[in-house]
Amino acid sequence: MGMIHEFFPYVLCVLLFAVGLYAIAVKKNLIKIIIGVMLIHNATSLFLVLVGYRMPETGESAAPIITRALSGEEFFRQSVDPVPQALVLTAIVIGLSVVALMVVMAVRLHEKYGTFDLTRIRKLRG
Amino acid sequence: MENVLPLFVVIPLAAGFVLPVVGLLKPGRFCAPICLGAVGALVVLSCMMFAGEPVVVTWMGGWVGQADPSSVTGIAMVCDGLTRLILLIISVVSLAAVLFSTSYMRSYTKVCLYYGPMMLMIAGMNGVVLSGDLFNIYVFLEVAAIASYALVGFGVESEELEASFKYLVLSAIASGFILLGVAIVYNLTGTLNLAQIGALIEGSEPNKALLLAIGLFLAGFGLKAAMVPFHAWLPDAHPSAPAPVSAMLSGILIKASGVYVLARIVFNVVGVHQSAVPAVLIMMGTLSLVVGALLMTAQWDFKRLLAYSSISHMGYVILALGVGAEQMAAGQHAAASLIMFAGLFHLANHAVFKSLLFLCSGSVVHRTGLRDMRAVAGIARRMPVTGFCTRVGSLSIGGVPPFNGFFSKLLIVIGLCWAGHPFLAVVAVLISFVTLYTFIKVQRYVLEGDVPQEFSAVTESPLPMLVAMAFLSVLCLGMGLLLPLHRFVLLEPAKDALFNGLGYARSVFGG
Repeated sequence: MGMIHEFFPYVLCVLLFAVGLYAIAVKKNLIKIIIGVMLIHNATSLFLVLVGYRMPETGESAAPIITRALSGEEFFRQSVDPVPQALVLTAIVIGLSVVALMVVMAVRLHEKYGTFDLTRIRKLRG
Repeated sequence: MENVLPLFVVIPLAAGFVLPVVGLLKPGRFCAPICLGAVGALVVLSCMMFAGEPVVVTWMGGWVGQADPSSVTGIAMVCDGLTRLILLIISVVSLAAVLFSTSYMRSYTKVCLYYGPMMLMIAGMNGVVLSGDLFNIYVFLEVAAIASYALVGFGVESEELEASFKYLVLSAIASGFILLGVAIVYNLTGTLNLAQIGALIEGSEPNKALLLAIGLFLAGFGLKAAMVPFHAWLPDAHPSAPAPVSAMLSGILIKASGVYVLARIVFNVVGVHQSAVPAVLIMMGTLSLVVGALLMTAQWDFKRLLAYSSISHMGYVILALGVGAEQMAAGQHAAASLIMFAGLFHLANHAVFKSLLFLCSGSVVHRTGLRDMRAVAGIARRMPVTGFCTRVGSLSIGGVPPFNGFFSKLLIVIGLCWAGHPFLAVVAVLISFVTLYTFIKVQRYVLEGDVPQEFSAVTESPLPMLVAMAFLSVLCLGMGLLLPLHRFVLLEPAKDALFNGLGYARSVFGG
């Protein structure tokens, strides 16, 4: 039981990543492909947050905020790892800008072709 | 010297954000001079770096790293031999590309919006190369990549948009892989500093999580470098961009964000002793070498042909580095040293002749508006300088003796034989002949022949474009003939940086 409880979130991440890859590989609609890319980004972000999470002896993790009342040692004992959270913030911003650019491209493609269907857009050779 | 390192990122980044504003206030006046100034400053700076100590480390924000690798808190920028080589290549190729753009981009509108992403791309590449921190590499990789998506789609015609979208999707998958790998490595070691990860891995047992992370890195950076199972985006994306951008994408972006990071991680961070890594590199390299060249022969679109040849030539580099890693793991230091030297030399050469050829194709397109080689003929007669530069580039890429491509290919083949891979050596020689044949075809169709009626009024391209091409042509000749002079300054330190292996950590922490 304990094992499943521990591994479940990681399995979920990998599953989410795989769903994203599936959407990109199989779907023919530009918007669905964009959703697939978002799923990949979110799966990685989720994974990063999980990497930083740890369960202290008290059974409860605190947000990593240093206050005056908290000594460094106490902070280390009870709070989660702050580094992955900083990484996730950056990763989310990057993911946002990539997705925004993709949406712009999709809109421009729609203006040119009048469709989001990839099978009718293919002009370039393999 | 420490204070200089951030400038490599700050100068192009600042220029990149100033340019659109300037473009809004005074359209078309100051954009090109600002760009040229920024890139010129980068060339000077990267030449200056050769005067400093062998390894320069800057800890950002004053969070100084300790000599004890277990207590690093800050983010480091590291400049060693390999970084210097790639920085110099980036600056030189960007200088030629920007100079070329000043005339070439006259036929486009909103030119300041073009120079902005170009500067951001340079900032991103410099950042990737200088960064000593895994997550920082990811961030700068994305800066360079996002700028390049915008540049690929700059023409906003349907084909360019489509190529850009395809590039975006595949590159986003690569980023996902890379970030997942970063997360696993962080989970494993609790740090993001490359040197510290290297030091921690050196002492640890081989484990499966690390192998998974390495696999993700190989896939991610393999996608960025367009290695063969992951190459589908490159032949669409690179030709669709304006010619100077194609030159930068093929000449330096796939090297800085693909090959360089892959080499750094394999040699300096995880070490060459990881079970299957050299074998995978050799396999990916050989596949790219063969498949890229064979697909290249069937192309009639000049720029698309060049893009396929990039895949093939990146194959040479990865193959050489893979064999180098294998020999290093086996303790054959002399053979490893030679083949790695050859690989890095070929990397530098490819940057020069491939960007030269892309600029030449741009010059042809600029005057004739055509990319199909069957429709263009007799360029050498109407545009003598462009014709001459195309010839130099073609001979160089085909490996004809006085030019640089010959020397690096020869060294790679000798290295392969010495390392006990005669079969791979034969493959490398055969593919070299295929390349030579294809580029003879290019010369035959584009340069020779009777000038068609509609091109009888075609004249030579403007002066800045010619200067940029002539500059790269001279480099093509010089890098080959002056090899005994520049190898000790440029290539040997770069090779030693990789050859140092996991000693990278000691050189960064100054131990």
